[in-house]
Order: sequence, then C-alpha cells, then structure tokens
Amino acid sequence: MELNIFGIGILTWIVFIPIVGMIIVLLLPDKNRNAIRWTAAVATGIQVVLAGIIFAVFDRAKLGINDAESFQFMEKYSWITVEAVPWVGRIEINYFLGIDGLSVLMIILTSLIAFIGVISSWNIDKMVKGYFALYLLLVTGMMGVFVALDFFLFFIFWEVMLLPMYFLIGLWGGPRREYAAIKFFIYTFVGGILMLLTMLALYFSVAYTDPATGQSVHTFNILHMMNPANYVDGGLLSGVDTTWRYVAWMALFINFAIKIPLFPFHTWLPDAHVEAPTPISVILAGVLLKLGTYGLLRINFPIFPDATVYFIYFMAALGMISIIYGAFCAMAQDDFKKLIAYSSISHMGIVVLGIAALNTQGMVGGVLQMFNHGIITAVLFLSVGVLYDRTKKRGLYDFGGIATQMPKYTGLAMIGMFAALGLPGLNGFVSELFSFLGAFEAYKWITIISVTGIIITAGYILWTIQRVYLGKTPEKLADLKDLTPREVLMFVPLIVLIILLGIYPAPAIELMNSSLSHLVEFINAGGM
Amino acid sequence: MFTNLPIIILLLPLLAFILMIFFGNKLPRKGDWLATGMMALTLVLSVVLLITKVGSHSAEVFTSSFDWVVVGSKTIGFGIMIDNLAAIMLVVVTLVSTLVHLFSIAYMKGDVRYSRYYAYLGLFSFSMLGIVLTNNILLMYVFWELVGISSYLLIGHWYEKKSASNAANKAFIVNRVGDFGMFIGIMILFISFSSFTFEAIFDSISAGQLPFGSEGWLTAAGVLIFCGAVGKSAQFPLHVWLPDAMEGPTPVSALIHAATMVAAGVYLVARVFPMLTADALMVIAYIGAITALIAATIAITQFDIKKVLAYSTISQLGYMIMALGVGAYTAGFMHLVTHAAFKAGLFLGAGSVIFAMHASLHKLHDHDTDAQDIRNMGGLKAKMPVTYWTFLIFTLAISGIPLTSGFLSKDEILAGTLAFSTINGHWLLPLVAFTVAGLTAFYMFRLFIITFHGKAANEKILAGVMESPKVMTIPLMVLAALSLFFFYSFNPFGASSGWFYSAVVRPASMVPELLQPAAYPVFYEAVSSVHTIAMVLSIIIAVAGVYLAFMVYQQKKISAEKLAQRAGFLYKGATNKWYFDEMYNRVFVNGSHVIMKALRWFDETIIDGIVNGAATVTQLFASISGWIDTNIVDGLVNGTASTANRAGGLLSHIQTGKVQTYLLFVLFSFVVLFILFL
Repeated sequence: MELNIFGIGILTWIVFIPIVGMIIVLLLPDKNRNAIRWTAAVATGIQVVLAGIIFAVFDRAKLGINDAESFQFMEKYSWITVEAVPWVGRIEINYFLGIDGLSVLMIILTSLIAFIGVISSWNIDKMVKGYFALYLLLVTGMMGVFVALDFFLFFIFWEVMLLPMYFLIGLWGGPRREYAAIKFFIYTFVGGILMLLTMLALYFSVAYTDPATGQSVHTFNILHMMNPANYVDGGLLSGVDTTWRYVAWMALFINFAIKIPLFPFHTWLPDAHVEAPTPISVILAGVLLKLGTYGLLRINFPIFPDATVYFIYFMAALGMISIIYGAFCAMAQDDFKKLIAYSSISHMGIVVLGIAALNTQGMVGGVLQMFNHGIITAVLFLSVGVLYDRTKKRGLYDFGGIATQMPKYTGLAMIGMFAALGLPGLNGFVSELFSFLGAFEAYKWITIISVTGIIITAGYILWTIQRVYLGKTPEKLADLKDLTPREVLMFVPLIVLIILLGIYPAPAIELMNSSLSHLVEFINAGGM
Repeated sequence: MFTNLPIIILLLPLLAFILMIFFGNKLPRKGDWLATGMMALTLVLSVVLLITKVGSHSAEVFTSSFDWVVVGSKTIGFGIMIDNLAAIMLVVVTLVSTLVHLFSIAYMKGDVRYSRYYAYLGLFSFSMLGIVLTNNILLMYVFWELVGISSYLLIGHWYEKKSASNAANKAFIVNRVGDFGMFIGIMILFISFSSFTFEAIFDSISAGQLPFGSEGWLTAAGVLIFCGAVGKSAQFPLHVWLPDAMEGPTPVSALIHAATMVAAGVYLVARVFPMLTADALMVIAYIGAITALIAATIAITQFDIKKVLAYSTISQLGYMIMALGVGAYTAGFMHLVTHAAFKAGLFLGAGSVIFAMHASLHKLHDHDTDAQDIRNMGGLKAKMPVTYWTFLIFTLAISGIPLTSGFLSKDEILAGTLAFSTINGHWLLPLVAFTVAGLTAFYMFRLFIITFHGKAANEKILAGVMESPKVMTIPLMVLAALSLFFFYSFNPFGASSGWFYSAVVRPASMVPELLQPAAYPVFYEAVSSVHTIAMVLSIIIAVAGVYLAFMVYQQKKISAEKLAQRAGFLYKGATNKWYFDEMYNRVFVNGSHVIMKALRWFDETIIDGIVNGAATVTQLFASISGWIDTNIVDGLVNGTASTANRAGGLLSHIQTGKVQTYLLFVLFSFVVLFILFL
C-alpha cells in the first residue's frame, strides 16, 4: 500500500515534518517564544494527524516482518551507490522505509508522546529556541528508527537521537545534569559501537543478486539479512548456529538491552530521568526505551533466529530479574522520579519476558506493553512534573495530602498509578496478562517468580500514593493550585487511552496480531 | 429477559459512579438520593429477575457473550451467565447495597467527601455485580481486583488518618498475595484448555483433559484459584487485613467487609466447584476450619465493637468455606446469604450505636473517649429500642438459635461436617465446627450484653445517646425481618425442604472419577442420617454458649477476669490475635525492607561503581592523549618554553568532564569517514 501527500510518501512526512519545524524554529527570532512553541506544537500535531491516518488505513491482515511485499506505505529509493569497490563489488544504501504490525503502534505512540511532550514543555524558559530545535530533531530520530528498513538508515536515525538527548539533559537538566548526560552518552555510545560493528559484519556477509544486472550486491537491507539464502559463502555471519552469529547477536543484544534498559545495563536511566526536565523524561521513558525492545524484535529476532532461540532462556531470565530487581529498587527510592525510573525497568522487564516467550500471546503482550508502558509512564512523569513545577521538589517525603489540595490532579495521577500496578480495567493489565500468559506457556517457574512482581509493584505504588497524595495537607503545601487547562489537556488523551485500551484492547491488538503471529512462526521455523 | 436485564443491572451502578464522580458535588443534596434511587432500581430489577428465574426457569442456565479480543488464533470472549446462584447473589448484593446507601444518608451526613463516598459505593456495586454475573474466570479476576480497589478507596475514605491509609494499603496488598495465586491458577487453566469460560474449562476437564497432563496440576490449579478466595474472604493465613479494614466508614464495613465482597471468595469456590478435586476440597475444608476457629477465639477477647464483628465475619466465612470443602455446597452458599443479612444488620446496628455515641460525646466535647469501645457503653437498651431489638434478632441468628435464618444454614453446615467425618473419618472438622458454634454464641452475646444491658459505663454519655433517625433504623428492620426463617424455608427446623435447597443444587464434579469427592447421593444419605443428632447438638451448644455469656456478663456469677487468668497463654495469644501481625511485619514487611535496601546499595555501589570506574579509566586515557596532543601542538607553535604553564590549564580543563566532546568527536568522525569512504 502506498499513500502519498503532494507526491511524497506519508512516512517521509511523518519522519521529517519535525525537521521542517526545526528549520522554522531556527529561523524565528529568539524573542518570539510563543511562535517557537506553536511551531513545535503544529509540527508534532501534524504528526499525530498523520499517525491517525495511518491507523485508519493500515491493513491489519498484512504480515510484514521479512516479506517486502507486505510492508505498508513503503518508500524505497537508492541513496548512496558506489559501483565498483575492489573485492567488495557494488555497494548500495537505500532510503528504505515501511511499516508493518510491529512498528505501527510505535509510530502512533511516538507521535502522541512527542505532541504531549511539547505541551508539557510550554513553560520551559531557558534557551527556548535551542530547546525546541533539539526536541524536534530528537523526534525525527525516534520516528526514523521505527520506519527504517535499511540497517544503515536505522543506524543513522539511532545516532541522530543520541545528540539532542545528550544536550537536552545536559543543558536543561537538574543540578547533576552533566554527570547524567555523560553517563547516558557513554552507555549508548558503547552500544552504538557494538551495533555499528555488527552492522558492518552483516553487510559483508549478506549479498543478493540484482535481478537487473545479475551482479552480486552487498546490502544493508534488513529484510535481505533475514533470508539465509542471501548470505555469501564464507561470510563471517553465514551459516546457522555459528559462534560468530552468537557473538553478533550478543553485541546487538547489549546495545538494545542498554536502551530497554535491562539489568545490569540500567543504571544510566535513573540518573538521566532524575536530571532531565519533565518533557524529556516523558520522551525518554515513553518512547526511547521502546527502541530497545523494538530493535530486538526488528533486528535480533528475525535476522538471527538461531541465536535468538539459543539465548532465549537467558533473555527471559534477564527479564525476570529486571521485573523483580526494578520493583524492589523502586520501593527503596525516596525520589519520585527515581522511583518511576526503576518502575520502568521493572515494567520493561515484562516486555522482555513476553517477547522471550516466542509465542503469539507473549509477543502481542510484550508489544502492547511497550505501548501501554509508554502511555502510563508518561502520565507518571507528567504527574511528578506538575508537582515539581509548583514546589521545585521531588522527594516522596516532601509531599502529603495533595489529594485534598488538588483533587482533579490527584484523580488523574492515581489512574496512572493504578494502571502501573496492573489494575484490571486499565491498559497495563491487558498487556501484562498476555505477556505473562505467553511466558507461562514457555517458562513456568521464571514466570511464576516474575508474577510475584505484581505484589511488590502494588506495594511501592500504594506506598507512594500514601506518602504523596494521602494524609493531612501540611502548611507549606496549603496554597498549591489544581491543574491549569493546559495541564489538563496534556493528561486527558493519555488517560482516555489508558481506560479505553483497558476495557477494549482489540483495536490495538488487531494492528499487530498478524505480523507478530508471522514473526513467531518465522523464528520458530529458524528463519525459513 | 436474561440477557438485557442483567446488563442493565450491571451497568446502572456504573452509571451512578460516573454521574457521581463528575457531577456529584453539583447535584442537589450532593446526589445521595440519585445514587440511592439508582441502586434501589437495580434491587427491584434483581428481584424481578430472581423471581422469574427461580419461579419459571429454575433448571436453565442463560449465557450470552461477545468476542473481546483475538490474540494469535485464540479468541477470548466475555459474557454473562445467569443461573440460580447468580440470580440469588444479585439480590443479596443489590439489597444490602441499597440499604447501605440509605443508611449512609444519615450516617455520612456532612462528610467532607460525601458525593465521592457515594461514587465509590457505585463503583463497588458495579464490580461486585460483575463478579456475580460473569461466565468467565478472567473477567471474574478483573472484577475481583476492581472490588479490591473500591474496597481500598473506601477503607481509605478518611485518608487524613494514617491508620486509614495504612489499612487500605494492607487490604490491597494482602489481597494481591491471594490474587497472585489466583492469577497463576487462571494461567494454568488457559494454557491447558485455551479458554477462560467456566463452561469450556469444565467441558475440557470432564472430557478427560488435565493441565500439563497431570492430576497434580489439576489439584494445584484448584488450590491456586482458591488462593484468591483466601485473600478476599480473609481466610487463614491472609485474614489479617479484614480487622484493619474496619478503619473505613461503618456502612462500608457492612456492605463490603461483611455481606458481599468478603463473601465473593465463597462464591468463587462455588463457581469452580465442579473442577475441584477431592484433595483440593480437603485443603479448602481445613483452611476454612482453621480460620473459623482462630477468628472465633480472637473475637472473644476484643473490646472494639467493630473488631468483634470483624473477627466474627472471618469466622463465619471460614464456616462457609469449610462447608464447601466438605461438599455441603448448598448449606455453604445458604450461609453466605443468611449471613449477608444478619451480619450487614449487625454492622449497621453497630453503626447506629457508634453514631449515637459520637453524637453524645460530641455534645460533651469529649474527644478522648473511644466511641467504638464497648467498655464505654452499657445500658443502651433503654435509649435505642429499635437498634436494641434488631440487634437481638441478628445476634440470635448468628448464634444459630431456632426460628432464625442463621439456625437453618448453620445447622446444615454442622450436619454436613458431621456427615463428612462419617464418610472418611476427618473428625477434626465437625469438632471445630461445633466448638466454633458454641464460641460464636458466647462472644456474640458477650458483645450484646456489654453494649446494651447492665449499667452504663458513664451516665453522662448515656444521657446524650438517642435512637438513630429513620433512614438508619428502617434498614435495620428490613434486615431483621430477613433474618427470620420463613424467607428461606417454611420449616423452621429444616432448610432442605425450602425453595432455596431446590433452587441451589450441588453441581456434579467434572474431575476424573478417582479424584472426585464423595458423590452427592452418598453425602446426602450421610447428612440425612446425622441430621437430627447435629441439630440437637447444635441447639444445645448454642444455648450453652448464650447461657455462659449471661452468667459471665449479665449475672456476673463467673468473673471474666478469672476466666481469662485461668486460660493463661491461650487468652494472651487470643488477645494479641495470635501474633500474626507481628510475625508478618517481621518476616514480610521488614524482609522486603532489607531486600530493597540491599538491592539499592548493590545498584548504587556495585553496578554504578563498575560504570563509574570504567568512566574514570576512559577519562584517564583521554587526558593522557590530551597531554600528548597539547605538548606536540604547543611545541610546534610556541616552542617548549611556555608549555608547562599552559598544559596545566588545559589539562584541568579536560579533566573537568569534557570527555564527552572527545567521544562526540570520535563518533562523528567515524560516521563521516564511513560515508566518505563509500
């Protein structure tokens, strides 16, 4: 399926509209802050509309994953071609975009979170122009990763995200922002190098025969990398179940595990969250973490099905450890933001456990959990932001009795909290249910241990609610004002989704059911 | 009739919740009459449904469902199921809920969050009706947790009090422990049978399928599902949350923590009864018996009027669970129904007393005296006649005195346990059952006498006590009427001839024959043969309990203190609730604190230590190369003379954390070079 607007594909629009916004922002005078803000809001708003169109016309039955024919809104142009390189042959890098059931929800999530992030950035006063320019660049990077089907392009978008994120934390962050930014940078940078090396190894191992010229061509095309027939004889990553394939899988896995973040690669996250300004925390937890699990599903699983099966138990175990470890660490925090950061580690562990089940329920649960966690955690970080804006405090013991003082805000925040503790009727429950169901079929004991996480989660969430929202309102908080209309606006779409998808998740699950079923079959058949 | 009506019944309270949460404060009288009226309407509809169902479609089961979601190739449907069990339960829930709505109009008058309170009552009623109506164990779990959250919100209604929010947390978390087991049980069933509906699960089991092909897993699945009931129905060892839940407003205790939600566990066991193996049922029976005994012993020693009733509720729930465990299915469920009426009555009666005490203490400007401590009461009989007489009927009913509803159901349970022991020799169960019957009569009359009879503990307080207003006494009278025998059976000495026994019949077991409990005809025969003995025995024991209570607390011929002394460590243990809270605090609460602190330390010291160490090493390399760079460049440009001077400055510049620029540079050059190379 193709969809062009003014002759340009919809995916190009959705990826690059923030860049257009960024250019306009850079051209606007510094003083005109509102014009800058509105530009960002319009650019991300258009993205939301485009995502809505994609949601409406997306063909739910098409498979995608490894089959180029059934990707949707595909755009493929030759980008860089070098004809004859000694002992390599022709090299080509394509501008190759397309989405399937795996990426479509992530597109929707990214555009929504990016838009809400702009609304919540409204009261950023420091270097407004620079802030929004970087913000929009970041959005392009994220969106690009979710639509890229060429590994090189994927890598470029991946690295494009890194810089704005680094500066957004490092310049607009809290007191220890430098430390946090460097930590974030080093972690992701190390991961990036691992991915770069693997990408090159894959590139030199994969070649396909150009039907036009009969020439053997190396390629970065991710779909070609999934086809065992395309591996050249004697290539580093050719064959099945070779040591090098395991090494390559592991290198990619570490890169993605850092992003997820999975125990023990997670310690950048609490620091980054604590120092980042609220909207950046929202983006970070709402979208960026999902890139990790998305990468596993888009790259590790279908390109290395053999290694995936080989390491899957290990991966499930790491998921389990993240769930329990993250939950206990969350309970031990006395900084509201750190608590949510660790709860993210715990909830992303559920994603990993679900997809490690290698069956459809688990896979659907995992991807839905990516979406749901994005929504829920955005609500939680916005909730902290609301309090921080008013009091410049984040300590769990700095508050109390907020429910009496700010009833509207407390109602909305508590829905987010309840969704995070997996209350049925709200979206978090549905995805946890399917993740655990899938995982239970594959790993009985790992899953049973993981499910104890729901008890610990109830513990730290309710304890948080008690400390922050319940109790008597102390004197110092007696003049807190309830939400402004702008703040209500940023909460409402997320809360509506939390409830809607909690009651009736079918519209989200329909989007991915065929693609993920196909992915499961594909892996279990060893990529044939 | 049986598809639309139940859905209307289910959704009306939800609508009330939505209306109250958004518009409650803007409505006249903050919407209390609207909420109460809507609940009364659901009651009327439920009664109509029950009469039609039991009257003319008694043997049929009506189900209707829709596809909720398709995952992979599995379709998950949601739906409702109306059998006699559900139809009766609907009336129980809506009736108690309506009366509690009515009662609260006076009891909660002037409360800071009055309309919020009614909203949560609506949310609770909706969720509870969901549990009753569903045909599906997953949906059951969904509503199961939703009643949990309503209970959490209502226990914490007065959240300014730390004790209230603590109690709310405890209730939810302890329930989560039970729900954890239930969730695992549900997963086992779904993985094995690819469906969540009771019907499909039972069909698969009766077709000889076993979870993971093993009989042990079938028993395990049953016991795990039962874990949900252990949490919700406050069974040993998860009973600790219910007494604390008394922090909530008293009408809430009547509705949620006495009559309906806590009985949901019993309802759950009744629902999954056909898939329970004999082993699973044995576990259930013993858990029920242990609970009944422990709670009854604690109830004797408590002085808080609500705490006594809370432990009595736990004990009676244990009774019901034990009844189901021994196979006295109908008796167990009937006790749920009769208990709902008289226990809701007892709580509302207690509410009426507390309300009067509060008003009196308020007039005296006394803020130190505990309005719930029965030692501060006494002699209320004269001042509160309606509360007194209705409370007497409820107390007689729970003690199992003939002509009450409680006698009918309790008598059948006692006969059931006795019959069970004649079949397989588990004599401990009837022994516990009869002991608890005696204890119940004793502690209930102890409560009754200390509260209403004798001399007032403080004449000034008594002088200010007044009978509660009509909205509070009318619910008491309704419930008192429903605590008499003729609503359930026209024969005051035998429930089995009444409509209830013909409407609720024990379902056939679906498990493989070798795992089945004693078949119904065998059990029924055993019950018939011991019924007369059980009845005589139960009357003697109940009357003895009542008599002893009168001796100790009315006539004071036996000193309560001396009795307590003689009981020694038993009394001490019971007063201290057998130290469950202390033990759980030490093991679980402190345990998780230790774990979380240890993990936090590990995270911040070990893992971050490694990360920071790596960063330091990188920084070191960077500064070395920076030093070389600087020297060479400076040497070329300026000569070596001024180098030392300037290098110091630059070095410190590098070392203050500008490594990122290096890394950035490395990365960028990498990418750029790569593109250029191509």
